[in-house]
Amino acid sequence: MGEADHVFKSFGETRALVDVSLDVRAAECHALVGRNGAGKSTLVSLFTGLGRPDRGAIQLAGEATPSLADRGAWLARVACVYQRSMMVPSLTVAENVFLNRRMAGEGALINWRQLRSEAHALMLEWGFDLDVDQEAATLTVEQRQIVEIARALSIGARFLILDEPTAALEKAAVDRLFERVRRLREGGVGVLYISHHLEEIYEICDRVSVLRDGEMVLSGPVSNIRQAELVAAMVGTAPPRRATEIEAVETHGALGETRLQVRDLTVYSRSGSVAGVSLSVRSGECAGLVGLRGSGSATVADAVVGLVRPRSGTILINGSAVEPGQVHSTLHRGVGYVPQDRHARGFAPQLGVDENLTLALLDRLSRRLGIVSYRERTATARRQIEQLQIVARSLDQPVSSLSGGNQQKVVVGRALAPDPNVLVAVNPTVGVDVASKEALLDAIGRARDHGVAVLMVSDDFEDLRVCTRLLVMVRGRIAGEFKQPPWDRQRLIAAIEGFEVAV
Amino acid sequence: MQQRAMADKAIEQATSVGWRMNRRDIRFVILKWFRELTLIPVIVVLMIAGAIVNPVFFTPSNLINVAEGGAALGMVVVAESLILLTGKFDISLQGTFGLAPLLGAWLIAPKASQGLGTEWNPWLGLLVVLGVGLAVGAFNGILVVKANFNAFIFTLAMSILLTGLQLGWLGGQTVYNLPQAFIYLGSESWVGIPVAVWITVVAFAAAALFLRYHRAGRAMYAIGGNLEAARAAGIQVDRIRIGVFMVASVLAAVGGLMQAGRVTAVTAGQGSNLIFGVFAAAVIGGISLDGGRGRMVGALTGVVLLSLVTNILTLTNISSTWIDAVDGAIILIALGLAKLIGTERA
Repeated sequence: MGEADHVFKSFGETRALVDVSLDVRAAECHALVGRNGAGKSTLVSLFTGLGRPDRGAIQLAGEATPSLADRGAWLARVACVYQRSMMVPSLTVAENVFLNRRMAGEGALINWRQLRSEAHALMLEWGFDLDVDQEAATLTVEQRQIVEIARALSIGARFLILDEPTAALEKAAVDRLFERVRRLREGGVGVLYISHHLEEIYEICDRVSVLRDGEMVLSGPVSNIRQAELVAAMVGTAPPRRATEIEAVETHGALGETRLQVRDLTVYSRSGSVAGVSLSVRSGECAGLVGLRGSGSATVADAVVGLVRPRSGTILINGSAVEPGQVHSTLHRGVGYVPQDRHARGFAPQLGVDENLTLALLDRLSRRLGIVSYRERTATARRQIEQLQIVARSLDQPVSSLSGGNQQKVVVGRALAPDPNVLVAVNPTVGVDVASKEALLDAIGRARDHGVAVLMVSDDFEDLRVCTRLLVMVRGRIAGEFKQPPWDRQRLIAAIEGFEVAV
Repeated sequence: MQQRAMADKAIEQATSVGWRMNRRDIRFVILKWFRELTLIPVIVVLMIAGAIVNPVFFTPSNLINVAEGGAALGMVVVAESLILLTGKFDISLQGTFGLAPLLGAWLIAPKASQGLGTEWNPWLGLLVVLGVGLAVGAFNGILVVKANFNAFIFTLAMSILLTGLQLGWLGGQTVYNLPQAFIYLGSESWVGIPVAVWITVVAFAAAALFLRYHRAGRAMYAIGGNLEAARAAGIQVDRIRIGVFMVASVLAAVGGLMQAGRVTAVTAGQGSNLIFGVFAAAVIGGISLDGGRGRMVGALTGVVLLSLVTNILTLTNISSTWIDAVDGAIILIALGLAKLIGTERA
């Protein structure tokens, strides 16, 4: 149904795909796995006509691909169900299925009865149980997937790409999804199944291919490949310096009293719910909270600083409970916060470096009547600039014009500037160059050594080298703990994927 | 390998250039000011045009007239600019501009001059004016910020409501014969310059200093620049935004008081269509409609420009029925100019 034949793809200096071949046959479910950045999305973009390979060829249904501009031809051959919704929320299911398409015998006007009955017939044909008159906005994630699959099938595509379809589904919904995938397979559809959850692959896939750093490192029938082999292929042999263990820096500060405590935290969130999580972080300690996207690890961090209001549970800073859902009162209790997405929450783009660095401590910089002391502001900003090695033209250069690495340093500097007791950092080194990463991790390590209790949420293993303890989250719960560095990559990945409960 | 080389280069760069900061990169500072003052040449051109059109233009009395005409508008521009900086806007400022002084005047004027007949103490009337401003601002602020109503449609409805109340109560009449204390702001002068002008200049200066030196002022830029970033930095974003709505409405009420004092009466139409000039002045002056960008100096030049245009139009003896059309055309031209020279980025 879909075949990639020795494809290469580069973006500037980065080689995203190197000599990758993969074929998805009719009536087959083919799993594609790999860690973030392995090249999965690039491969999907080639299969769906969002990009063209530099070398090699893509074939769909045994034919050469249409030109990139001919979207209609692509849609008739292949469809990808993304994690993000691609539907018009205010239209009904039936309208979404037949969006911008004309049915047989129809003129310029829409025949509503025919539209509904054809949508209904389509649902029946594939055994989908869904009311076609329902408004798309009211659909659950599971129902939304059904509509997108139905839409693709009705256009005529028999090659489906499911991009992490279970990430936001509950257990029962996952089972129903598997049932539907099996039925699609029986109906002759070829499915490329992308997932981080390896156990799912063993349940419904026939073959599996593993991408690592843009190369196809393993491919074969699922029944012939053991889980350990799969994990090893994903992780690979690390460069000699890092070996299979993640190097841990020495810690200097002694562990002090408990600074941050989370008790029975339950949060409902679209980006990953949390169920009954308890943890505590002591002064001088850096607890790493690791998990897949959607596992709820980032939600824990957001709940701790008050950005989301938990359904139940308490959060204690220095032994006393904080008001839930109130960011300012939490931060005023001595919490520094590095948000997940620096563009969304990290900085005000037009404001200067100094201004952004001191945003969290305006109160402390201001004198009588709330007048901000510019001298102290400059001094504080300088201190952070030096500590984090921020490269800027001037103190008031707008942060938007800095490089990504320096922007991220400003975000971390903003969190560290008020000398917090507790630092909550989500992906603190995401999207930065190697040198900036070192500087950022060093700064967080220094803060830890000076007695800050650090809660670090990250899916980048290199960040974990400053951690003194790791907690693994799987589907909203803490599934395991690693107490002593250095960390074993293999075991860690296995735990994150939900295989093995590490102790 | 390539990555490693790049990293090494970055480190090398960082160490050789050093992360020492240029205290004041002079060019950068000049550039920043330049952007605020780009309207100055336009204003100079207008003044030359004014002088050519009518020799009366450059007489002190006419220039004072320009300033006086711009004073009330200026107060509302200060108000709207503050709200725009935090990323919201308020159309009903023009309603407050009319209704607040009307209620005050209504309560203190005798029945014979269209008052309610209660004939309250004028000072009490002034308090009512400010109180109305505060109340309308609080109502708008809470509903727009807390209840998340769309600022455009909500304040538009409020504006229609306030203006409607004004018309309804007055029945198209005018409240006149107002006591001295009530019209003081708009009718007296200090050292030859109208009190209203002094007050407006002070309001601009105070707002500029507040924005630059007060922690809430700095927080306003952060809120307008990136609301979520400000929230994540622990700034009490809701409280500040509601506060700004309240302050702005009070400023608009004071502006209305100036207008009433100038014509020594409150008309049923006071404030109508004012808001368009207000937005125009603020935006031409470089206040971004997206929030977080712009300075009071710029807004002030916007007010000066619009006031000059109005004055020059009056001096050219254009038929009064055409003034609005010409006014609109000139605002469009000014916007185009501002876009060309880069003050307008909304």
